[in-house]
Amino acid sequence: MPEILNPKPKIVAFFCKWCSSKAADIAGVSRMEYPPNFIPIMTPCSGRVEPEFIFDAFAEGADGVLVAGCHLGECHYVVGNYKTLKRMILVKKLAKEMGIEEERIRVEWIATAEAKKLVTVTNDMVNKLKHLPPCSSKLKGVTQEEKTND
Amino acid sequence: MPSPENKKPKKRIGVFVCHCGKNIAETVDVERVAKTIKEEYPDVVFSTDNHYLCSEPGQKEIQDAIRGKNLESFICACCSPSMHEATFRSLAEKSGLNPYQVEIANIREQCSWVHSDIKEGTEKAIKIVGTKVEKVAENESLTPISVDVNKDCLVIGGGITGIQAALDLADAGYKVTIVERAPYIGGHMAQLSVTFPTLDCSQCILSPKTSAVAHHKNIELITTAEVVNVSGFVGNFSVDIKKTPRYVDSDLCNICGECEKACPVIVPSEYDGGIGPRKAIYLPFAQAVPSTYVLDADNCLGIHPLVCSKCKDVCEQNAINYDMQPEIITRTFGVIIVATGYDLYNINKIPEYAFGPDVDVIDSLQFERMLYVGGPTNGKVLRPSDHKKPETVVFVQCVGSRDPEHHMAYCSKICCTYTGKHAMLMKKKDPNAEVYVFYIDIRAAGRGYEEFIQRAQEMGVVYIRGKPSKIFRDGDKTKLWVANTLTGERLEVEADLVVLAPAIVPSKGTKELANVLKASLDEYGFYKESHMKLRPVESYIQGILIAGVALSPKDIPESVAQGSAAASKAMTILAKPKLEHEPIVATVNSEVCVGCKVCQGLCPYDALSFDNENNVSVVNEVLCEGCGTCVSACPTGALSLKNYSTDQLEKMIKAALRTETT
Repeated sequence: MPEILNPKPKIVAFFCKWCSSKAADIAGVSRMEYPPNFIPIMTPCSGRVEPEFIFDAFAEGADGVLVAGCHLGECHYVVGNYKTLKRMILVKKLAKEMGIEEERIRVEWIATAEAKKLVTVTNDMVNKLKHLPPCSSKLKGVTQEEKTND
Repeated sequence: MPSPENKKPKKRIGVFVCHCGKNIAETVDVERVAKTIKEEYPDVVFSTDNHYLCSEPGQKEIQDAIRGKNLESFICACCSPSMHEATFRSLAEKSGLNPYQVEIANIREQCSWVHSDIKEGTEKAIKIVGTKVEKVAENESLTPISVDVNKDCLVIGGGITGIQAALDLADAGYKVTIVERAPYIGGHMAQLSVTFPTLDCSQCILSPKTSAVAHHKNIELITTAEVVNVSGFVGNFSVDIKKTPRYVDSDLCNICGECEKACPVIVPSEYDGGIGPRKAIYLPFAQAVPSTYVLDADNCLGIHPLVCSKCKDVCEQNAINYDMQPEIITRTFGVIIVATGYDLYNINKIPEYAFGPDVDVIDSLQFERMLYVGGPTNGKVLRPSDHKKPETVVFVQCVGSRDPEHHMAYCSKICCTYTGKHAMLMKKKDPNAEVYVFYIDIRAAGRGYEEFIQRAQEMGVVYIRGKPSKIFRDGDKTKLWVANTLTGERLEVEADLVVLAPAIVPSKGTKELANVLKASLDEYGFYKESHMKLRPVESYIQGILIAGVALSPKDIPESVAQGSAAASKAMTILAKPKLEHEPIVATVNSEVCVGCKVCQGLCPYDALSFDNENNVSVVNEVLCEGCGTCVSACPTGALSLKNYSTDQLEKMIKAALRTETT
């Protein structure tokens, strides 16, 4: 059993208004249970999640970020989630350069009916992040540098 | 951390935290949420908790606070915005605030209901409310954009549900287009012999409706067609309909039937469930609407040039044209009603029931066709293997239904009652026949349905509680192994004919159509309604309505009721002179835009164009749907999404991760 380094990882969850946010509502109505580590931020589409938001979240002390959108081909706005997919690949690459582990950024397609999937994903993510040290310590330098460049 | 004391509020925000009885208060310390938010955020000038915000006294408290505390915007921390956002927005409007100055913090569905620890629940609730405080602080007051409504309605699927919806709309004066994949309308109801529990002849009650569709001046019928693309939004959907040719000109065809006689190709008839023959050019059935022949290009020899043209040679009307091509018809509709119905579960997925290898094992729709007087056996029940009258007939229910481990977990709802009907009709046709029904439970909820099953039992139908484990051929009989779950006996039954009642599954192509419509499906592939109890025929997409078995298994009365419900919902949209389009749209700050064109090509709605003269991007507000995908791509920050600006979202992220100072 790996050591628990961070018992309460803090996670920002970007939920698409049309699918994952509704899935989260259904999880609630069905009284499913998942870890309270996720603070939901609803956006009209996962396509509204700017790559910068992910880094903002880490700079503010997040240990993980979940971006949840509609399944590919089912985006309410036709192709928004394809853009998200592309952007998040880039974000993950950049994050790796900055020393942010891959497990900390998760992109999931969660349809309205998939409340169970939401629960599985959140549980899994929390379990994984518990075994990583808090993210905030390692990012201090990077973000400050970024801020001065602004 | 900002220190609250030395900051003056930029905007006077009120926060109202709902107990929702115990629904929220059980896992969230609502008083602490209200107190902490006021301490933490200087813009929050008033905060309180209330037992039921949505109640009249709750709403009055908000209204009083708006006036008494001069609130400029407020947050309701309560249930999902899908429940009461509209309530509180209209309350704001009544109290003189712009509705977009209201935000809902969902601390019930996304917090109290999914957590059990009150400390953790409270902390999370504070953060959720905090994000909304940051958002509402920067919210602009917006006015909905007014757009025209196209008054036409599209009905996809011409079964009884679609027919009812179309007739109701057409009678109310709206133009309706029905798109049906089959060459005829009526759907599965057109295949039934009689309907339970009244034993009305199905065609006799259906054909007045199909005929009304054919002759209604407000209804246009497009058969052998499918919807292949949908774009736009409520009030203005642009729809591409692909029409496969019939190869018979319906205006010329006088249904003389000479072509059918001349056709040398015989294939199993889909309408008869494959137990009867049809030609490659055929009239699906006597009462078919549209009343015209259709040529099945997959089986016809003549479509491939010079092989055969027998039908064309005998057609005096010159109605047959092998050169017809598929066409795409593009139309605009205000509302779309989806009534795509069902198929039967593929019983080949249950190999232990020998459906296919043993021809005397048939499905319920095939039995239905046998019972029909005008059907392939002229209303006689005959064994397919030797065309003899069966002496023992066994009905098996729940074939694929209520089997979560292997097949479908749900109850298909109609099988108990129609099996009762089948068993009863079998007994009527041959009182000496031994008729058995194997069932798990009898579920015959509906007016007169339970009595109907009892009538079948009184007529001598033997009901045995148990699901066969194996059905197999033994000589000229079909054998069933089954355990009677009431007595514990193991039985081996010899039958002449076995009729299976397969699960009801979404019709073929449902997934493809749902993709085109962007409508959600449930885990079994049925459409999902936007609220199971309160919005039973609305999809999550405004202006797209779903009715009938496309949502879940239903009997005819329920399907008809939903068809009418969808029509009435459609009218609530179509009757409006103008529709209001959500004003949450992208905007361009032309001072900042450098004309890099990164955003160009990202918009699926063509809402973004480029002004070459001024070298800036321009947003068409009516076309913009407000996804914000272009905004996220803008490198200069010139593009913004109203009330979801980069600044707002960044502050929300900060609030989500904030640690309490107290």
